[in-house]
Amino acid sequence: MDKNTPLHQEHVNLKALMAPFAGWNMPIHYGSILDEAKHARTAVSLFDISHMGEFIIRENPSKSSLDAIVTNPVVKMKTQRCRYGFLLNDDGKILDDLIAYRIAADEWMLVVNAANEQKDMDAIRRQLSTDASFENISSRIVKLDLQGPGSLAVLKAIVGDEVKRLTYYGFQFFSLLGGNFIISRTGYTGELGFEIYVDSSRGVELWQTLLKNPAVKPAGLGARDILRLEMGLPLYGNEFNEDLTPLDAGMERFLDMEKEFTGRKALLEQQKRGVPRRLVGFAADGRRTPRHENRILSGDRDAGFVTSGVFSPHLNKGIGMGYVDAALGAEGTAIGIDTGKGVINASVEKIPFLKNTSIKYSEV
Amino acid sequence: MDITILEGYLYTKEHEWVRIEGPKAKIGISDYAQQKLGDITYIDPTKPGKKVKQFEFLTGVESVKAASDIYAPLSGTITAFNTDLDDAPELVNKACYTDGWIAEIEVADPGETKNLMDAAAYKNYTAGLE
Repeated sequence: MDKNTPLHQEHVNLKALMAPFAGWNMPIHYGSILDEAKHARTAVSLFDISHMGEFIIRENPSKSSLDAIVTNPVVKMKTQRCRYGFLLNDDGKILDDLIAYRIAADEWMLVVNAANEQKDMDAIRRQLSTDASFENISSRIVKLDLQGPGSLAVLKAIVGDEVKRLTYYGFQFFSLLGGNFIISRTGYTGELGFEIYVDSSRGVELWQTLLKNPAVKPAGLGARDILRLEMGLPLYGNEFNEDLTPLDAGMERFLDMEKEFTGRKALLEQQKRGVPRRLVGFAADGRRTPRHENRILSGDRDAGFVTSGVFSPHLNKGIGMGYVDAALGAEGTAIGIDTGKGVINASVEKIPFLKNTSIKYSEV
Repeated sequence: MDITILEGYLYTKEHEWVRIEGPKAKIGISDYAQQKLGDITYIDPTKPGKKVKQFEFLTGVESVKAASDIYAPLSGTITAFNTDLDDAPELVNKACYTDGWIAEIEVADPGETKNLMDAAAYKNYTAGLE
């Protein structure tokens, strides 16, 4: 039985199409996936992302065991900053991708994928030192993503001018709805945006308050998938899984190789061998959509597979990501996508597919 | 789900419609179909001159959710494709019975209409699907 988020009734009231995702009953859209994706790039969209998992870890940073579990530089990073990274197994394979929030010198929040919550919890607790404390707070948190060029103005009106001081991948506690809650300048859309973590009892009130602003419209996971793919942002279960390492996916910049972490040894060995395939972005020559698990062809030859594909309403063509033979990784390389109903002509393209979005916006 | 079903059209179980216009007929998909498909992003252009058979493959349609097939409600020869759909397939979402028509055929056998549903029968049929 799929779980409902605390906002379930709000979605039903808004006539959302609900569907199962990672063990949760989630809103896919509220009418039109394409309209919702366009709204996020021109105004402000609100997403219920409460299915994501949140863990709180406390330990002495001078004897950090967490630092040796994840690839993120959790001890080196500053407080009130977020860092993206991975949880790997001993073979360097990806158990999950996650964002670490350093709340205090001795306290971190890890935000993980819903589908991997139990697996992550097991892997982390097994490796944490007995001096560390671990708490899974997922069921007590409503997470709302407010994304789009107008998101700062909307949030300022609710939490005050302070919010404009947040820099990209920074966060702070803010007073809102009678509580003290984390807002980070992060997101999964490529637009200026914020992720808000509140006590689940305040979720409905926050959702309704944000939607009172006429610029804000709800958006579902369908639009979220388009928005993240237009920016070339990977998704666990598509671009990442337990058969792949961060090196296969070209994610070197999210590995702090200067420290010890689980899987590092395997990655060093893989670095010497090299990777047979590369994760690339590609665009179709028209409106046809590549789909997850379609084969990628080079001429008639099997040359890889599609991990994600959508129709981009901003480029008016099909786009996707996938693993191709390393020799085909250069920009402009012609490839074919075998959909099972004919072949789409496509070419390898630099990601992000969209440039000049509002993400790096700064008022200072 | 509120579905618009128009009189003067005949319907298939796969949710195509056909509207007879003299010796020719226009073909499209019903409001039920467009709602189920979601935002339509591509319709494969049908080639004029191609022969199609009743209930067999007519063309492919892609939406944000999936790629699907559209079947011919009647046998005949394709005489036109709605080229407005090349750049604006969303017309099928916005006006599936009018501006969002897909293909036009020269009808081979008007007697085949007995295999189709009128508006009242199609209304009953879709009500049973919910």
